[in-house]
Amino acid sequence: MSANLPPSPAGRTPVIGPGHDVGSIIDKISSIVLTRDIARGWFLLLSITGMGVLMLGTSIAWLLIRGVGIWGINEPVAWGFDIINFVWWIGIGHAGTLISAILLLLRQEWRTSINRFSEAMTLFAVMCAGMYPALHVGRPWLAFWLFPLPNTMSMWPQFRSPLLWDVFAVSTYATVSALFWYVGLIPDFATLRDKAQNKVGKVIFGMAAMGWRGATRHWDRYEVAYLLLAGLATPLVVSVHTVVSFDFAVSVIPGWHATIMPPYFVAGAVYSGFAMVLTLMLPVRAAYRLHDFITLRHIENMGKIMLATGLIVAYGYTMELFFGWYSGTLAEGFMVKNRVMGAAATAYAALIFCNIITPQLLWFKKVRVNLWLMFVISIIVNIGMWLERYVIVVTCLERDFLPSAWGDFHPTVWDWSMFIGSICFFVFMMLLFIRFIPMIPIFEMRALIPKSQAGARAGQAGSSSTSTPH
Amino acid sequence: MSEPTSSAVPVEVAQRLAGQSGRKYWKSLGELTHDADFSARLTEHVRREFPSQVEILADPVQRRTFLQLMGASLALAGISSCTRQPDEHILPYAKTPEALIPGRPLYFATAMPWASGAIGLLVESHMGRPTKIEGNPDHVASHGATDLFSQASVLDLYDPDRSTTTVRNGRGSTWDELVASLGPDLEAQKLKGGAGLRILSGTLNSPTLAAQLNEVLAMFPKARWVQCEPVNRDNQRLGALMSFAEDVAPRFDLSRAEVIVSLECDLLANGPESVRLARAWADRRRSAAGMNRMYAVESTPTGTGSLADHRLALAPSGIDRIARAIAQAVGVDVGAAGGAQLGGEEQSFVAALVKDLKAQAGKSLVVAGEPLSPQVHALVNAINVKLGNVGKTLHFAEPAAPVSVEQLASLKRLSEEMARREVEILVILEANPVYDAPADCEFVAAMQQVPLRVHFGTREDETGVLCHWHVPASHFLETWSDARAFDGSLSIVQPLIAPLYATKSAHEFVSLLAGKPGASGYDTLREAWKARMGAPADFEARWQRALHDGFLADSAVRTREVSLKKFDAGAASVTPTGELELALRPDPSLHDGRFANNGWLQEVPKPVSKLTWDNALYLSPQTAADLDVESGDVVEVTHAGRKLKVAVWVQPGQARGSATLHMGFGRTHAGKLGNGPGFNAFALRNSAMPWGGPATIARSGETYKLACAQEHHDMDAMGFERDLVRESTPAAFARGEYGAPHLHAKPAESAAGAGHGEKPGHAEGALITQYPAYKYEGYAWGMVIDLSTCVGCNACVVACQAENNIPIVGKEQVARGRELHWIRIDRYFTGAAHNPRVVFQPIVCMQCENAPCEVVCPVGATVHGPEGLNDMVYNRCIGTKYCSNNCPYKVRRFNFLLYSDFTTPSLKLQRNPDVSVRSRGVMEKCTYCVQRISQARIDAKREDRAIRDGDVVTACQQVCPAQAITFGDINDKNSVVHRQKALPHNYGLLTELNTAPRTTYLSRVSNPNADIPQVAGS
Repeated sequence: MSANLPPSPAGRTPVIGPGHDVGSIIDKISSIVLTRDIARGWFLLLSITGMGVLMLGTSIAWLLIRGVGIWGINEPVAWGFDIINFVWWIGIGHAGTLISAILLLLRQEWRTSINRFSEAMTLFAVMCAGMYPALHVGRPWLAFWLFPLPNTMSMWPQFRSPLLWDVFAVSTYATVSALFWYVGLIPDFATLRDKAQNKVGKVIFGMAAMGWRGATRHWDRYEVAYLLLAGLATPLVVSVHTVVSFDFAVSVIPGWHATIMPPYFVAGAVYSGFAMVLTLMLPVRAAYRLHDFITLRHIENMGKIMLATGLIVAYGYTMELFFGWYSGTLAEGFMVKNRVMGAAATAYAALIFCNIITPQLLWFKKVRVNLWLMFVISIIVNIGMWLERYVIVVTCLERDFLPSAWGDFHPTVWDWSMFIGSICFFVFMMLLFIRFIPMIPIFEMRALIPKSQAGARAGQAGSSSTSTPH
Repeated sequence: MSEPTSSAVPVEVAQRLAGQSGRKYWKSLGELTHDADFSARLTEHVRREFPSQVEILADPVQRRTFLQLMGASLALAGISSCTRQPDEHILPYAKTPEALIPGRPLYFATAMPWASGAIGLLVESHMGRPTKIEGNPDHVASHGATDLFSQASVLDLYDPDRSTTTVRNGRGSTWDELVASLGPDLEAQKLKGGAGLRILSGTLNSPTLAAQLNEVLAMFPKARWVQCEPVNRDNQRLGALMSFAEDVAPRFDLSRAEVIVSLECDLLANGPESVRLARAWADRRRSAAGMNRMYAVESTPTGTGSLADHRLALAPSGIDRIARAIAQAVGVDVGAAGGAQLGGEEQSFVAALVKDLKAQAGKSLVVAGEPLSPQVHALVNAINVKLGNVGKTLHFAEPAAPVSVEQLASLKRLSEEMARREVEILVILEANPVYDAPADCEFVAAMQQVPLRVHFGTREDETGVLCHWHVPASHFLETWSDARAFDGSLSIVQPLIAPLYATKSAHEFVSLLAGKPGASGYDTLREAWKARMGAPADFEARWQRALHDGFLADSAVRTREVSLKKFDAGAASVTPTGELELALRPDPSLHDGRFANNGWLQEVPKPVSKLTWDNALYLSPQTAADLDVESGDVVEVTHAGRKLKVAVWVQPGQARGSATLHMGFGRTHAGKLGNGPGFNAFALRNSAMPWGGPATIARSGETYKLACAQEHHDMDAMGFERDLVRESTPAAFARGEYGAPHLHAKPAESAAGAGHGEKPGHAEGALITQYPAYKYEGYAWGMVIDLSTCVGCNACVVACQAENNIPIVGKEQVARGRELHWIRIDRYFTGAAHNPRVVFQPIVCMQCENAPCEVVCPVGATVHGPEGLNDMVYNRCIGTKYCSNNCPYKVRRFNFLLYSDFTTPSLKLQRNPDVSVRSRGVMEKCTYCVQRISQARIDAKREDRAIRDGDVVTACQQVCPAQAITFGDINDKNSVVHRQKALPHNYGLLTELNTAPRTTYLSRVSNPNADIPQVAGS
């Protein structure tokens, strides 16, 4: 074991595969962007998701023409897929910030190869999420009233409303995430500018690089800025989903009105975020042969984080049930009964299976390094987290205080088209991202090389059996 | 080779051109072809597009002018490329009409004609537009309240599907053409003494119209005038003839009845006649002391049955048995065959009931519903005579209708005459027999044997389209007429607006038959009244007085003494073995179908089933299980040899072995809204058993989607309904038990009213908080709803809709749970499914002092007013719907789509100008009629005084026949609402959430007979 590599103890898979030097990393990562070839699979996926984006556009157009009544929402279930998807997408976005900011501050260097990818994912997820609150209102053309815009009538938003806090939280989150992502990209844009063969690439990447010359002063400022942004982004990891959970926790509806909501939402968000990173990264890793940069160590670590956050979520579910009984109120008690045995039982059982039972497999290292199992588990967790939001948003509203006012929610084709369309939009953007922007930070990977090589040597010295397929 | 023009010019045109010689000029292909139909087609086109211009077009003199104008405007439209507005004169109010202040409504007295007696109304008129109907407080049938039909009738006035012009053989025509064309035919009839003339009308309610018709009959002595309405009083009439040998109708005085037995009769919640009955009944239910007691035996759950202290669900034959058993027990001679054997539960029920009746002899009342047989009506008359009730709780008098006949029998006779081709002219006056005649009359086939058929009605309905002439009738709000109330009081029907279209009143139409086609309705009416009053010198003053009051004082028909005759009670009807008993009943929302195109009435949830936009075959849960069908399954009903496919609705409380189908649905020519929904019960109706009888039901395998506004859920699903709907009895009251556990805890405080009085303006039940309570210094508006008296009649729902410009959303949207009613009447079942107790609980906005909706609105579109109102700022609302989610009472309503009709011109006229019309994407809810509060505040300020108790009356409160709703300033210690809130059984809903609701409820207090075991709860 090498003494100069504390984060990478012996026996662990290194974060970069063996045999790489500075040049090979640059070539490998930049070649994905700078190639003139258009991979057939990439193009096919782009076309399919592109059609999905058109479907999303159509759904939005019809929504604007007709109104939110095209969805299945009603009285009493006035929020449906709109808010479910909003919360789901925001949750997915959490992995990016967590990986980039918190793991950076904690000096978890293995994060380097996955941070850009997950930050991009965060941005696109926040785009998908941000779309819903703006479009779910009855008069979307007036959605700007949610912002505290000075006006001659002195009309301000109502600052006690959690929905307004949402606006601030999500818009701050989107801004900081975008800045963070872009700042991290600047040195790589410079690399691409220098490596680009054609004029157009040179100009575009040159402009994006904002005059980066790799001077020491640049690097110094960069390091400070990046660290500051990481510091700024860190509280956001906790705050955004906390605020989103206030939408529910502040209300009086049984199943919403619970103090457990904020921590449980944050953990759930990280949980689903990592699941989504895995869902996307595993195919990309295979397709672009990034096994040297995204190693089994990354995948295993993500598995561990999922297990940890999944257990927090399980604790949240347990507490919901406990407090339903402990509160002594009939409405809360009925909410639990309805969830476990009543009309919502199917969704709830599926949710428990997806979010609590399945992830228990992650206790086993064999599972955590099995790519196929990890892929399947990540998808199950994604579904489970969507179901969680469904159970919270819909089933609580379906059965609240007055039995006479109960109703049922049935999604319409427009609910689904907008949901599937948003997924397509997300994948579409990710496809564009991996093709046109280096999905792994080149310069940070370069910085890891000395340590990695040391680690690899140490590994070899220790006769480690682990080796990365090349 | 074909010529190039042949493809563009029709063959007939080419032929016509080929036959011409010399040069001819033509303006259009239609003219060129001398198409005989061209002018008719033009007329038809104009009728559809410009109904008001048809008169001009059909008049040969004016037609030229019209065509010139049309041409000119077309040319101008081409030049200016924009719509040319018609010339209009703007006249300043140089001379204001008396009492008219722009922006302030005026109220005029009128009356809505109704077969069983007109109801007096006060109609709100905004700048000449009637917008809202209220009851006439001075009118004997109204006492200031109305039923839902009167409430909704204003929408019928503005119905865009009303017929607007005279129609001849399906093409537009004019009144003058009708006069010219009908003249010779009538002359021809005159020569025969009118032997071929038949006039068919609904139940005539107007003495003046009756006099006019008699005048016509005098001119045509051999003509016959048939009255028939599907819902009539034939059985009651025959029963009276059997028992008293004279045609008398009962008049109930519920205020004096200690025990009321209602047999298959929706006494309290069925049309205008129920308004005063519900009031009198409710007046005896407001306090736990001195309550009356009501028993109901019925096949279909109704409002009356729901409010009864004891209800027995029996198929119609079972009700027949019960009536006979009561008759026997009180000593009526039922004859050898007239007795009845009862089952165990029935026996104990009747025993306790009879004991009660006998104990309250002279202060009791037994009422039989029209669907029961004449024998049962006679028996019930005899029971009331035996108990000494006649002259006390009920009186007999001549029926309100000027001419009382056996209606269905005379309709059947008319059909036979027509089938025998004895009828040459059939004039149908505001009746729709093609739709609603019993199927065995074969009315359509018979009617088509009549060479000349003239239909007079408000719409070109099923009958109108099959007649040679259709003459559009004016709505009663456009008409001068008169009508008799239930007691015969003469009420004036006064127009609120000049006819919107080229319509005529029934008086004007009948004048045509009488050979006076030009007579105006007003003159006819005045002349008739003058004659009736004996042409007094002060006629003008008395006329003005009557016009102002809406009725002629002291014009009631005197009651008369009756003596019981011996009659044959026949044999008890037998429950058919292996068959169900079909019950055909008037629909609680559409009556006999005349309101089918009224969106308010289509969408109002039926009192117990909460179905909207449809009728359905009600089956009890057991019967449905026996037949293996469930709600929404389509079954084929066979009754009296006719079949009908109809959807099933499983209805708790429906009598086992019976199946109820409401009439009035399945129309084909009612209009855009009325065409389609539901199933036509008249297709099954048989004139020998008009209210139903044995039927068989077969599953068809099809299903049908029904839209229910309140889904069925397990009755005790949550276990705290008992806390939401609290019930008590006088006995429990005496023990200090007012209906809910936590009210018991503080009886002393509640009884003294101290808990409320110490916190002025603060609703009952506010929990401890660290924040100081807001002090409501001025007015603090609050409402109390008495669950003991709400009969679930829906009048408040429709009144609220009319007052607050609430749009209808349609069946599909109701099925999705998006109805917009600001008041919903929640219905809870308790007890066994076969005969549950039904409790109605009207839910309006609670106007919580700590409103959960307010804090969550991100734009401040719902805010708290200083008087405690939870205000909605529609213009500020962006529609996040968060407020609705956070409302524990779910009283908020959202415009998911554009529900308000911003385009139909006639519907705009109905809107209340004091209330904004909400567009898509906006949340709305009950505001305690804030516009009425503002008006009262303006009035009070102008007079430099405070708003007095009673100055503000909400629309729901005003219309409630039972006066179950109280509204006012709870800071005013002398206000009624303050006193009500201090009552021990006043409670708020979900007060444990610390919402501090301003709307509270009085526990439902019922008065059960201790001898009858309560049906155990689940």
